[in-house]
Amino acid sequence: MSSSRVNKIHHTEQAIVVQNLRFSRGERLILDGVDIQVPRGKITAIMGPSGTGKTTLLGLIGGQLQPDSGTVSVENHIVSTLSRTELYRLRQRMGMLFQSGALFSDLSVYDNVAFPLREHADFSAAMIHDLVMMKLHAVGLRGACNLMPNELSAGMARRVALARAIALDPMLIMYDEPFTGQDPITVSVIMRLIRRLNDSLGLTSIVISHDVPEVCAIADQIYLLSSGQVVASGSPDELHRSESPWVVQFLSAQPDGPIPFHFPAKDFIDDMAESP
Amino acid sequence: MLNGLQSMGQRGLSFFSRLGRATLFFLRILAALPSLFLKPRLLVVQLYSVGVLSFQLIAISGLAVGMVLGLQMYNTLVDFGAENSLGPVVALSLVRELGPVLAALLFAGRAGSALTAEIGLMKATEQLSGMEMMAVDPIKRIVAPRYLAGVISLPLLAAIFSAAGIIGSYIIGISLLGIDTGAFWSQMQIKVDWYDDVLNGIIKSIVFGVVATWIAVFEGYDAPPTTEGVSRATTRTVVHTAFAVLGLDFILTALMFG
Repeated sequence: MSSSRVNKIHHTEQAIVVQNLRFSRGERLILDGVDIQVPRGKITAIMGPSGTGKTTLLGLIGGQLQPDSGTVSVENHIVSTLSRTELYRLRQRMGMLFQSGALFSDLSVYDNVAFPLREHADFSAAMIHDLVMMKLHAVGLRGACNLMPNELSAGMARRVALARAIALDPMLIMYDEPFTGQDPITVSVIMRLIRRLNDSLGLTSIVISHDVPEVCAIADQIYLLSSGQVVASGSPDELHRSESPWVVQFLSAQPDGPIPFHFPAKDFIDDMAESP
Repeated sequence: MLNGLQSMGQRGLSFFSRLGRATLFFLRILAALPSLFLKPRLLVVQLYSVGVLSFQLIAISGLAVGMVLGLQMYNTLVDFGAENSLGPVVALSLVRELGPVLAALLFAGRAGSALTAEIGLMKATEQLSGMEMMAVDPIKRIVAPRYLAGVISLPLLAAIFSAAGIIGSYIIGISLLGIDTGAFWSQMQIKVDWYDDVLNGIIKSIVFGVVATWIAVFEGYDAPPTTEGVSRATTRTVVHTAFAVLGLDFILTALMFG
């Protein structure tokens, strides 16, 4: 059986195509028939309230999770059918910025950024030095190269992680909640970095977030997820013009609406009447 | 009654599922070991962290155990006029049993728990996921060097424990209790056999090294990525290693000396 025949599917315009994707953890259905297309060279944002499966979706795109059904195709490769070697080869062309930064705590900033280069490229020490400095310069942290991760602020750690994610010049970069817990200046810096890196390096970017103004300012298209399903999609302008109650509630941050304020529970009176 | 049976069934399933995961994990480590030939520096760093940094604890514990053994044995042997047998009695106790077993228990407390906590925290802070997403296999890069370092270190630490113990009993027996030095060493040389005693002790400590380090790295890798999860995994490493070492010691002793 030829693996190239089974593993490949051709989408010329799209870097990533997610089709009818279902994923569950135990009894709980996380993603329920999700369809998403990520065009090459664009910034695609996936938004939605916490717990709707956004980060899970990234895990499925990166091949860290296996779907129950449906397919995720990255650069024409169906991720779930790849062998470990093929998956690792594909991942060398993908960068991921984790919410926590995920920097190696026993390595300096310099060594963190050099890590993927040392693992995958047969470069001389001088070449690695030049590349690391270029990547750190791109995120404005060349001067912090000798610091350890525990000496960095949260914003700096995320920028170092970004430098590491672009070390191998990937074709795709995934950002998991890049703005969460950052001060306004850092948010602005990260927003500009995402846009600038995407345009100057010709990347395809996926941004997972629930920060509406920031995402709307940089994304080319947005998918809104709720209860494991795509409930709306389009450019930021199209979504702002949408009259869908779900879209209106999410974008204008209304506390109640189609997305209920209360977690599903039995009747309030019944709960109160129940003795402990 | 039914609930009790259901609970027992669930525990049984959970146990066998974990055992299966641990076995597959062990096979993945074995498959990853050859990759260390390409990056021996990873192993050297871990040999220092796992082995060299455990030296002080092992040497001091061995010395203390040897001194206590010397005192206790002398008090018994002197009643039978056999105090000159102190050397071989202490040496046989250490080389056959106490050296491998106590070194393994101390190793679990010092290095095993540190391995579990380190790997568990790397998992909790997404460092292992980050590595996977950079197309670097954490089993090859993180687990295999730590595992091999543990397997190499424990037999050496057990030998150091036994040697320190013999020195401890020598200090007590010769300097404090006045046993003849020549009798102490010559009796030991005559009674302790290389194959039956020393080699069997080395085999025991290699088996303990394989099992103790396997438990430590598996518990870290399998730990739930939370503070509580890592804390419990660290405790489990020490407890499970203690049970495994004591159980295996009985089986090995029965096979070797039974």
